[in-house]
Parts: sequence; C-alpha cells; structure tokens
Amino acid sequence: MSDSEERENLPAAPGTNPEPVVIGSRQGMFGASGGGDTSGYGGLVTPVLFPAAAVRPYGGYFDEVADHLERALEGGRAPYAQAVERVVVDRGEMTIFVAREHIVGVARALRDDPSLRFEMCLGVSGVHYPHQAGRELHAVYHLLSITNGGRRIRLEATCPDDDRHIPSIVEVYPANDWNERETWDMFGIEFDGHPALTRILMPDDWPGHPQRKDYPLGGIPVEYKGATVPPPDERRKYS
Amino acid sequence: MTEQTHDIYATSVADAKDAEGAHVYNASGGDWDAIADEASSLHEERIVVNMGPQHPSSHGVLRMILELDGETVTEARTSIGYLHTGIEKSMEFRNWTQGVTFCTRMDYINPLFNETAYCLGVEKLLGITDQIPERASIIRVLMMELNRVGSHLVCLATGGMELGATTIMTIGFRERERILAIFEMITGLRMNHAYVRPGGVAQDLPPGAIDKIRDAIPLIRRGIGELEALLNENPLVRGRMVNVGYLDLTGCMSLGVTGPMLRSTGLPHDLRKSDPYCGYETYEFDVPVRDTCDAYGRMRVRMDEMYESLKIAEQAADRLQNTPGPVMVQDKKIAWPAQLAIGGDGMGNSLDHIREIMGTSMESLIHHFKLVTEGFRVPPGQTYVAVESPKGELGVHVVSDGGTRPYRAHFREPSFNNLQSYSAICEGGQLGDVIVAIASIDPVMGGVDR
Repeated sequence: MSDSEERENLPAAPGTNPEPVVIGSRQGMFGASGGGDTSGYGGLVTPVLFPAAAVRPYGGYFDEVADHLERALEGGRAPYAQAVERVVVDRGEMTIFVAREHIVGVARALRDDPSLRFEMCLGVSGVHYPHQAGRELHAVYHLLSITNGGRRIRLEATCPDDDRHIPSIVEVYPANDWNERETWDMFGIEFDGHPALTRILMPDDWPGHPQRKDYPLGGIPVEYKGATVPPPDERRKYS
Repeated sequence: MTEQTHDIYATSVADAKDAEGAHVYNASGGDWDAIADEASSLHEERIVVNMGPQHPSSHGVLRMILELDGETVTEARTSIGYLHTGIEKSMEFRNWTQGVTFCTRMDYINPLFNETAYCLGVEKLLGITDQIPERASIIRVLMMELNRVGSHLVCLATGGMELGATTIMTIGFRERERILAIFEMITGLRMNHAYVRPGGVAQDLPPGAIDKIRDAIPLIRRGIGELEALLNENPLVRGRMVNVGYLDLTGCMSLGVTGPMLRSTGLPHDLRKSDPYCGYETYEFDVPVRDTCDAYGRMRVRMDEMYESLKIAEQAADRLQNTPGPVMVQDKKIAWPAQLAIGGDGMGNSLDHIREIMGTSMESLIHHFKLVTEGFRVPPGQTYVAVESPKGELGVHVVSDGGTRPYRAHFREPSFNNLQSYSAICEGGQLGDVIVAIASIDPVMGGVDR
C-alpha cells in the first residue's frame, strides 16, 4: 500500500480528520491589488481552503449512495477504492471525486444499478484552478435520480493542464454531448471518445479557450464625459 | 428563311447542349408516383438546405442544416453560438450582486428564473438559505409564476406565428403585455429586471401592486381561455401538431430533456414538487401531464401549466397581504444598505438613505461604499441549485474561492439541453414539421448561447 499512501486524496477513513484542500492563496488583508498597501497587512498570506474530504457517516442518503456504488463497482474494471479518490459532503451536497480513467465505469454504475439509478445527467461544467498543480482542470458532472425521489450527486474528475484528457461519458449519458463540447470549447478539456468534439459556442477557428483563467476577458476603455473607464478586467478589484 | 419565332420560355441552345444525357422529368399526364420513385431511387432530389441563422421561423438565431429527400428530412443538424455573449465569463469579473444583472439577460423570456436560480445558489454558498425573509420568497414565487405564464404565452404566440397564425400571436402577446405591465410596476423594467438579489429582492412591492395583480389575473385567465378556444380543437392546429416532433420518455431521459417536453411524455417530473425551493411545498397546484409525446401534447401541457401558475400567483398574492416584513436578509454585510425607490422613470435612489449617508453618518457612507464597490465575500466551495423554469431544469453551478466575485458560474440552461433533441424529433419528418417541432422545444437562443 506504499503506492496509495503517497496519494494524498484517498477516501477518508472513519475517525480521521482530513485537511481541507488548498486551491490557492491570497495576499494582504483587504483584497485590493495593484496599489501600494500602506496598512501594514500587505504581507499576510491566507490560503484558500476548499472543504475537506468527508468522514463516514456522511448523513442523509449519501451513505446509501456510497454503499450502493461500492457494491455496484465490485467486479468491474475498478473497485470503489481505486475509482473514487475522495468524497466531499458540503452544504448538503455530495461530490464524488473520481479518477478520470474510471469516470465512464462509475457513471455507468450510477445509471444502471437499480438502487442508484441516476438516470439523468444534467451536464458537465468545467472549472479551472490554475494553482492546483497537476489538477488544474476539473470537469463537474451533476446527476439526478428521478426514480429515487430527486436525489442529486455530483461527480468531479480532474486532469492536469499539460494532459487535458478525460474520457467522454456520452456513451452512458447522451445528454452530455453538447455539454462536453461546451466544456472543450471553453476550457480545452478533450473528452476522449466523444462522437464529434467540436467547438459549439465559439467559432470553429477561434484560438484559445475563453473560460480558462489565463484567458483575458478583453474589452476596451470607454471614454465618458472626459474620463476614461478601463475595461472590467483592468479595474480595481478586491478579491 | 426558317427563322424561329422568339419564345422567351424556350430552352436556349446552350442549355439544350448541357441537358444532353440528363434526365428529363415530365410531370404532365404520367403517373407521378412512378416518377417520384424513380427520382428517389436515383437520389437526385437529395439536397442540403441551410436555414437560418436569420430566418423568420427559425425561432431566434438558430441555424439549421437540413438534408432533404424531397420533402422528407433525412438528416437534421443544428449550429448554435450566434448569440454567445460570454455571460459566464463576464460574471467572473463583477461582484456577486452584479452577477444578477448578467444572468438575467441569458434567457430573456424568463429573466426572473435566471435571477432566482443564481441567487438561490449564492445564498446556499453563503449558508443563508434559512434566513431569507418569507416575504421575499413569496415575492419570488409570485414573480416567477407570472413570468412562467409570460414565457409560455411567448412560446405559444411565436409558435403560432411560425405556423402563419397571426391571431394566436396577437392574443398571446396581448396577454403577456398585462404581465409585463405588472413587472414594470414592481421592478421598473419589462425585462432584464435584476430584481431578485442575493439575500432577497431589490425592493418591496410598490403600493397598488397587489391590486393590479388581482385585477390582471382574471383577464389573463380569460385570454388564455381565448387561446384555448382558438387552438385546442382547431383542426388546422391538430393537423400540424399531432404526432409531430415525437420524443418519448426514453428519448427525453437520455437526452436530458426536462420541462413541458418531459411532462408531455407522461412523467410528472417537476422540481417544484420533487425538490421544492422558495416554499413551493406550501402552495397548492397540480403538475399537468400529457402522454402524447408530441408537439400538440407540449402545447396542451403549457396551456394547463399557465392556469396552475395563475393559481399559485393568486395564493402568493393572498399571502403577501398577510405577510409583512423585510424583503432582504437582515445581515447588513450582505443586504444592500438601502431599498431603492421606484420613480417615474424606473428604479432610482432612496432619498432618505442619501440624506443619511451624506448628512449624518459617515460610518454608513463607508459601509455603503465598501459594500457597493467591493461587495461581500462568499465562503469557498461549490454548489448546484436548480429551479423549474418554463423550459425545464435551470441549474446553476456556482463556485466561490472566498472572494468577492464568482470564481465560476455555470448555468445548466434547459433550452441548451432540450435543443439537443432537435435531430431526434426532426429526422424522418417533413420539412414543414421542422418548424413545429422546433417551436415545441421552445428554445430561447439567449439562453442556449449565453
């Protein structure tokens, strides 16, 4: 198990106290940047912490979902412990972090197992965390089970920025066709196995992927009554 | 001289040369079926037609690429993105409250749903869902249900218009006008309201608003009745809509189709019942369903839903009379310091508040300045919240990194998802049915492209 001990994102064992996930940091006290900070607090560094892995019991129907998923994945290509990296329960919502190579298997189990039966996928949305080295791009899937009274869970798969590949789950959820195209268009995540991964909102010959954090918003300064208002991404900001 | 008489309809010599060896079909006197069969066996009538993005019946800037075999659509593809305005990206550069102003412009037919979905998401991230004043939730429900009627009326009106029935259009828009007048009175605007804000709503109802709503609802109900009398059993409407745009439950499930399209397959899935928000569980209403799976069924579902929405709106109006109280959360770090007043020319400043911050309290001025320019901070994390919009499940996935701006806001637009079913419901049908099928999806391109 020495290999898995090195993985910092194992499912949290009962009785442990997992650390929150650092996704970045901010400097100073007031959030303002681009000006001299004379307050004396400019050197403060605050980590940006995302909720830590949840420890059993998760509460609500989440334990049941996790148990059924564990059973449904048995004998498949990857058991639960291998496919699921981490479970986060935050604000009454369950997020299952899935190793990207197993996302199709997990999605299939969630859809097909009668006690899970998440028959609807409400799309995938990308999020770009440039400071999470090796896990910069996240694909977030929202699932709904009408059969089980409107249960919802979220799957999250990540990929590093220099290997932007996540298997497509269109074969399991055809509804994700356009959503994966949009996420490719906006974040540059290549969904392997997608029937026709082309741009959908931007023109076909558009360079770059606009929703990434390293892609500028753009805009031009506007003159109004003699003063100049800079474009939104060049204005003073406080975050 | 054997000079031919000049016949302007005669084939020129050059054309005649070109035509050598080509098939010539003569439709007079022969058996048309045999000719048509011959033509189709040669696949010579297979043509690809580009329709839109600027087409009077393409339901917005939607581009359709249709492969036709005669009148039959053999392949239908669509191309979107002509109205992409980068709303999600722009929201990342404005504070949380300003985000409302952007997302209201997505699906401009039902702006109040966009705003409410986004605000419910932000409130969940803030952890203040329980602190939203009851009056604010009732106002949200009231506005959303009126908006649902307005949206369905637009759907039916433009759908009728695309069939060439202008009376349906005029009745639909006439009735919607009553709803827009209510919106204008309450929010100051007919669309792009930015009325629902994180923590509540921008301002309380102005005096007389409840009376106006009470006066309008019977008139709207009568107008819908007029539409029903015109549409429901109209042989032309039935001829165009029955069994057109067929998509059954399995298709809806796999393509992620929600809303009236899903309910026209017989499944009473409605988030207001299965996953209530804003106190919907306390209102009395039914979820209308049909089981025809076609454009006609969807039209009838929308028709019935409008009556249910009016029922909810009436209940909400009753409650508002007995529910005083603030319409904004008590937390002064989130609620904007003043309730704006509605002037004759739209939303304006609150004079009392200006007097206070400019004349008496410097602390209030500082607080106001900080909150408006800087905004409030939202604890890090992510959430997904969904509301039942007139088109289906409108979900919002908001991520915060603890800053004053959304780190990411993604909208699961029902129009975007439902439009995926376009190929499934158009292929194999007639060209003329494509228009009906698209109209029955009710996509709004502002929402599809965002």
